[in-house]
Amino acid sequence: MANSEKKPTMKKVAAGDVIFNILNYTVFLIYTILCIYPFYYLIINSISNNDMSANGLVNFIPHGIHLQNYKDVMKLKGIGSAMLVSVGRTVIGTVCTVLASAFMGFIFTQPKLWKKKLLYRFVVITMYFNAGLIPMFLTMKTFHLTNTFWVYIIPAIINPFDIIMMKTYLESSPRSLEEAAEVDGASILTIFTRVILPTSTPILATLAIWAAVGQWNAFQDTLLYVTDQNLYSLQYLLYTYINQANSLASVLKNSGNVMSIANLATRQTPTSIRMTVSVVVVLPILFIYPMFQKYFVKGIMIGAVKG
Amino acid sequence: MKADSSTTVPAKQGMKKGTKMALMIMPFLVLTFLFRYFPLHGWVYALYDYKAPLRLTQCDFVGFHWFKVLFANPTQVKQLMQVLKNTFAMSLLGIATSILPLLFAVFLNEIRYKWFRNIVQTMTTIPNFISWTLIYSIAFALFSTTGMFNSVMQQLGVIDAPVKILDSSKHVWLMMLLWSLWKGLGWNSIMYLAAISGIDMEMYDSAKVDGAGRFQLMRYITIPQLMPTFFVLLMLSVANFLNNGMDQYYVFQNAFNKRYIQVLDLYVYNIGITGSSMSLATAVGIMKSAVSIALLTLVNVLSKRVRGETII
Repeated sequence: MANSEKKPTMKKVAAGDVIFNILNYTVFLIYTILCIYPFYYLIINSISNNDMSANGLVNFIPHGIHLQNYKDVMKLKGIGSAMLVSVGRTVIGTVCTVLASAFMGFIFTQPKLWKKKLLYRFVVITMYFNAGLIPMFLTMKTFHLTNTFWVYIIPAIINPFDIIMMKTYLESSPRSLEEAAEVDGASILTIFTRVILPTSTPILATLAIWAAVGQWNAFQDTLLYVTDQNLYSLQYLLYTYINQANSLASVLKNSGNVMSIANLATRQTPTSIRMTVSVVVVLPILFIYPMFQKYFVKGIMIGAVKG
Repeated sequence: MKADSSTTVPAKQGMKKGTKMALMIMPFLVLTFLFRYFPLHGWVYALYDYKAPLRLTQCDFVGFHWFKVLFANPTQVKQLMQVLKNTFAMSLLGIATSILPLLFAVFLNEIRYKWFRNIVQTMTTIPNFISWTLIYSIAFALFSTTGMFNSVMQQLGVIDAPVKILDSSKHVWLMMLLWSLWKGLGWNSIMYLAAISGIDMEMYDSAKVDGAGRFQLMRYITIPQLMPTFFVLLMLSVANFLNNGMDQYYVFQNAFNKRYIQVLDLYVYNIGITGSSMSLATAVGIMKSAVSIALLTLVNVLSKRVRGETII
């Protein structure tokens, strides 16, 4: 960071300023490393010599790189279906939530809507109360949604916050195209699909990423509503693996050491399984997130305008 | 716009179109009712002694029994007090540190190189997008007895034997605070960075003409300009005082730290789903909702007094 002190157009830099700059850069650098290092740690451990990583010897650089863990983890019971469930709920859930929110948000901007204010309040007010965990559980049971895939999708379709965001966005953008289409006699659905959706990409992208991250990371719904192992999400499976590894670790420690060194390097240990599954769960986010970061920032700014 | 030549005559549209639109969103309104309003009927379970597989009509009606139990039974009271203490501690610590994202943004804004700012912003927001399960997995990888922390400390000779960090009843509140800061600090600062970019540059220019230095600009312009945003977020966190959520505490809880980690949301889960009484859990949930709504109203009134407009 030493040469970052050259000053393009600034006047004389005071000594206090220099010290402040150095401190400032250092603190941010350290904090950034703190945020990134855990992911790096997981990745290097998932590709290193399993014996070394189980003993906590892989901390900064990978040793004995191999990809056996990934091949083995794919054979684990349950991971195939968990991946399918997680990808499925993320794709279907995101499409449903975004389309529903966009449509509702759009309709709520229409002055002609029957009882507009009342209907809007009916939806939005639900943001501020919550029946609670047990009543929700009983409701899902009543609707026979427990232990079905749809328990991940249907309750999430209505999202008052997304509806507000969409409505705010549409109200702050020009309506001339929409009016022109209306004069041409286009129906509401045509206006929605041909005019509103194509011109709202920034907000739709924001809502889609929110929904996708929410779906991908959701954990509580599996915990509460699902006991069928075929419907476990990746997050939930990861959680059970971590806990199994807890007990597995102590069993393996007492079972003597008859393996050859070569085997030990690629033999699965609780640590290797945990690390590898974690990387499988986090990798999609690490890849996709930086590409979409600008949409997040934009989305937050739209939200800030409202607040 | 070809698809729809069959629409009605424009003159007749007024009322008809409005009703048509209402009918179009009807399925969504029904969903709203089914998943947002209908569950409220579950509150009556708090008035019964509900046993899981039975129907409600087969169970005893006990009136306000569960509400009384919460405040009358000494062990129950003691447990509830501890849970409330945990909830208050986590929420208060969260509120006390809510100034950090603001400072993060103010100081990050002082960094002149855009590429550095962008890297910091991107990297520090990533933890916000991973689940608590994964954070627990990371915590386990780094801080279990064979994890990175213990192995490095032992290699350096700082400690002789591994220290139990996760399976410990010590500093539970502090650890939970640090993890939630790690997850949220970078992300929460984005709101303030957005607000900073909206500050009128003329204010800075005229202050500079008056001879204000860098720190004076920060102190007398940037921070005061961020205060409205800070106030709104502060009020929202007061309104959510009892809602800590349960994912974080659920994944981190174990036999050692349970006493200090159990917040209200987790307590409801523990007694309702894994424990004995759904009815008792519902009663706790109802009281939590009542307090939350009271807090929200209070915060709204406060906000109206201070800023002249309500939050919701």
